[in-house]
Amino acid sequence: MDVKYVAELAKIKLTPEEAEKLQLQLDNILCFFKDLENLNTENIEPLSHVLDVKNVFREDVPRDSISKQDILNLAPQKDDDFIKVPKVVG
Amino acid sequence: MKYKTVIGLEVHVQLASKTKIFCGCRTNFGAEANTQICPVCLGLPGSLPVFNRKVLELSLKAAITLNCTIAETMKFDRKNYFYPDLPKAYQISQFDMPLAVKGYLDIELNGGNKRIEITRVHLEEDAGKLIHTQKESLVDFNRCGTPLIEIVSEPDLNNPEEAYSYLKKLKSILNYLEVSDCNMQEGSLRCDANISLMPQGSNKLGTRAEVKNLNSFKAVKDALTYEVTRQQAELEEGRKIFQETRLWDDTAKKTISMRSKEEAHDYRYFPEPDLPKFLIQTSMINDIKKSLPELGHEKKDRFVKDYSLSEYDADILTSSKAMAEYYERCLKILNEPKEVANWLIGPVLSELKNLNEAFDSIKLDPRELIEMIKLIKENKVNVNTAKEEILPEIIENYKKTADVLKEKDILQVSDEAELSAFIKQVISENEKSINDYQQGKKSAIMYLVGQVMRLSKGKANPKKVKEMLEKKLEN
Ligand SMILES: [Zn+2]
Repeated sequence: MDVKYVAELAKIKLTPEEAEKLQLQLDNILCFFKDLENLNTENIEPLSHVLDVKNVFREDVPRDSISKQDILNLAPQKDDDFIKVPKVVG
Repeated sequence: MKYKTVIGLEVHVQLASKTKIFCGCRTNFGAEANTQICPVCLGLPGSLPVFNRKVLELSLKAAITLNCTIAETMKFDRKNYFYPDLPKAYQISQFDMPLAVKGYLDIELNGGNKRIEITRVHLEEDAGKLIHTQKESLVDFNRCGTPLIEIVSEPDLNNPEEAYSYLKKLKSILNYLEVSDCNMQEGSLRCDANISLMPQGSNKLGTRAEVKNLNSFKAVKDALTYEVTRQQAELEEGRKIFQETRLWDDTAKKTISMRSKEEAHDYRYFPEPDLPKFLIQTSMINDIKKSLPELGHEKKDRFVKDYSLSEYDADILTSSKAMAEYYERCLKILNEPKEVANWLIGPVLSELKNLNEAFDSIKLDPRELIEMIKLIKENKVNVNTAKEEILPEIIENYKKTADVLKEKDILQVSDEAELSAFIKQVISENEKSINDYQQGKKSAIMYLVGQVMRLSKGKANPKKVKEMLEKKLEN
């Protein structure tokens, strides 16, 4: 797996040196998974959650939302109502 | 070469719960920007989504009615992508263990019924809304976490009309189930279409284009009709169809390629670790089955059978649940199915249209409407007076029929003595029409009736006037 591609998906900038170093580490990690592939998993149900919990619901009851200002304060760019981002195509 | 059109639809439907799918924020349309949000729907660190039970009920209603096989166990997954309308940088959706699979919907076409297979129905959360200005994009997160179901059809639709019928039927079902308000303008029902052409007789599917931004039923039909012509022209010119997303431009009436702006997607789905799996018990499915209401097409068939209505009238009356129920409330007061149907389909609907209102929001008490119809039957007011003087007052201004009658001088005049004065005057002033009539041009009588109506300020009983005029002119 190409570490530069993973970095691009994660929106992380890597210098060529970092990319080289991390590619080695990533390859090593993926090697561990290769080991797992050797295990016999026949008759073993796929696991989708580590805890044995199921059917946790909430009722359809409205709860107060947090204030608009608290949210806008987290944004690097904003106006009175909206968070502003560089123009993206619609 | 002749081509066969192949269309599959992906329909996103907003479920009619009060709160979002994983948090208690409200889902009111049109709320002030960024006021219906919380740490959960924004994906702030440490927040924990919890599934809304009502959302499961609503989605099951839809999936069961669409004849789907319901999952014994379903789970949620993260679909990862980077876009400003998605604060978490992933959408909670369902990948390999969706709510339901393998259903179908029978649609009505001119040549009979056709069964359209449904591939799957899955649950997901909506993203936020972006508003684009000249220089920047503005983000409103209110819609983040709004519950949706995505209904994916097999590519069983073979022309734009079939796609239209499928959507119409789907909307009717969801409306009657009260699973969604299905308002396309407000985005509660959104449709993307996959469309390709293949040579007639071939069994190899052509390359498909995905058409987005279809904001009305008409847009779906227009965009697909446009795509059939476009793809056919490309193929006939020996060019290739690209697998791409195309955007429908409703003003220019054409689809525009988004290819240059598209990045390859790699959603990296994985199980949502913050939500457990859900087992859907047979008992729950059975309870929902028992609670399902009569659907639009079932109501329509019953109206035709029980009330001897035409297919056309029954179709309009059942086009919304609100209208169908209103109709039957009226019939409980006055059992005149055809007469009441005519009033609702004609004057009442057009009055609502003038007000730009849907039947769902009608405030007219059925008793007042029936009161007005009774006045006509009892010859107390004439039809035009009712339409023009009473109906607008009771629909728009919520007045009582009896009060309008008291306020306005509109009681119908059927008294012969009173009418003869008008008739005398009209006869003396319209020699030419009378000559015409007496020389066999019988239609001239309607002009004379009209003149009497005018003199009486619309209050004369037109039937009576016509009778009296005829009698007078025969002599
Ligand atoms: Zn929330």
